[in-house]
Amino acid sequence: MIRTIPAWLQAAPLALVLGVFLLVPIATVVVVSFWDYDQTRLIPGFVLDNYADALGEGVTWKTYFSTLRFALITWAITLLLGFTVAYYLAFHVTSALWQMVLFQLCTIPFLTSNIIRMISWIPFLGRNGLLNQALQGMGLTDHPLDFLLFSDFSVILAFVHLYTLFMVVPIFNTMMRIDRSLIEAARDAGAGFRAVLTDVVIPLALPGMAIGSIFVVTLVMGDFITVRLMSGGQSASVGVMMMNAMSLLQYPAAAAHAVVLLAVVLLMVAAILRVVDIRKEL
Amino acid sequence: MRGGLAHGVLTGVFALFVLFLYGPTLTIAILSFQGPEGGLTFPMRGVSLHWFANLFQTQTVGDFGGSFTRSIALALIVTGLTVGIALLAGLAFRRRFKGATLLFYVTVASLIMPSILISLGIGLMFNIADIPPTWYGSALGAHLTWTLPFGVLIMLAVFNRFDRSLEEAGRDLGASPWQVFRYVVLPLITPSLIGVALFGFTLSYDEFARSVMSAGSDNTLPLEIYGMTTNVTTPVLYALGTLTTLFSFIVIGGALGVMLMLRRRRAR
Repeated sequence: MIRTIPAWLQAAPLALVLGVFLLVPIATVVVVSFWDYDQTRLIPGFVLDNYADALGEGVTWKTYFSTLRFALITWAITLLLGFTVAYYLAFHVTSALWQMVLFQLCTIPFLTSNIIRMISWIPFLGRNGLLNQALQGMGLTDHPLDFLLFSDFSVILAFVHLYTLFMVVPIFNTMMRIDRSLIEAARDAGAGFRAVLTDVVIPLALPGMAIGSIFVVTLVMGDFITVRLMSGGQSASVGVMMMNAMSLLQYPAAAAHAVVLLAVVLLMVAAILRVVDIRKEL
Repeated sequence: MRGGLAHGVLTGVFALFVLFLYGPTLTIAILSFQGPEGGLTFPMRGVSLHWFANLFQTQTVGDFGGSFTRSIALALIVTGLTVGIALLAGLAFRRRFKGATLLFYVTVASLIMPSILISLGIGLMFNIADIPPTWYGSALGAHLTWTLPFGVLIMLAVFNRFDRSLEEAGRDLGASPWQVFRYVVLPLITPSLIGVALFGFTLSYDEFARSVMSAGSDNTLPLEIYGMTTNVTTPVLYALGTLTTLFSFIVIGGALGVMLMLRRRRAR
């Protein structure tokens, strides 16, 4: 039976779902971004006003800049942290069983609710939170620090908390495929810890780092809930801006932002792919 | 850095990372047992089940029961479809077919497409077609765009490592293509299918961004929780968080348990 079904028919359900719920919606967003609208309805047509409005305002540029800043800072931290964790799991945990257990330990939070994980920071970072209590208890500060919660700091902390996993998994995968004899050879040739890291491990783990970077950058660029929740509505991001437009039923305006966002994200992905060839990984 | 020192430092970093991952969740688990007078932060003012009880009285905090049921139903449908569609696609990708490369890239694109864009697109699509969005229609499709790439990529990895000589052996012994699939391929990939199911279920159950514009008037649980974050300032929020996290852990533990059992049975 399996052989008698043509391959394209087996692939058809996947193609159908992605066609209807991915490609058509993207096309819809692009089309609607050129439509006009008033308070109550969408008016089909071809106007450039939405783009002119979106790109003509200083606020938009500032918002893009702040979103890019979130993405870059989160990217740098998650890359460093994710690489370190993956390196530890791949090269310093020698028992295969422990390796699997510890790896699972890192991935399980990914399968729980993001929103709940964000909320969990409140008792730590709030005015009367654990961190402020500890800092005051140690006499490091005499008043509660306000910047800990509902600030750019807490937004980035939440991003790192949620997304480091997206670095750990692909980097760990590529590291596990590195031929151990290469490292032995480097050691025998006199390479120290640092030389092995920079001349053997990092070059060979680059594809994993690139895949992780693509995940983190696209997730942060398109985010709105983390920024909204963790900044208490004080920080801006492209996603928040889009949600605001949507809640005012200004769908074409939101669509124009979505198209610009998509272009920016694709450019960033293309830039990463230019630096690192990940085809072997796919 | 010498080997021993590096090892110690890395072990410390890893331990801190795990603490960083689980610490906050553990903290709200403790705080959800606050006494009736307690607040969102320490100190604990007594220990009670007050906030859990409060959760089930619900009138003040929205429709917890309804959204929970909807989220589970949706997650189950998504799980079934994800396993079925990803398995079929995995089988298809083992052979050549026209457009295979394109379909692969579209699948990857689905994974990295900003969720908010998909949410907006599906919402607009239903709006223009004048079909009311529902959790079992538009939101189901939105969730599949997130769970299917994971499912398909897992199946691709599985079949890449699959030993074709086992199928040859089955065929040489006179098995029909269906029998080869049923008695050779399927038993070998069952643990991976459970993995796909686990991803399908948990990712759908927790999905927020892709549901925002596509779920229609009846909220799923994450939408309900998000609504609560803006207007609930009591530990009832933590009680809800603790319960849903516990539920996720039970599902994950169950799936891992079944996988382990299958592996052990095969080893025998």
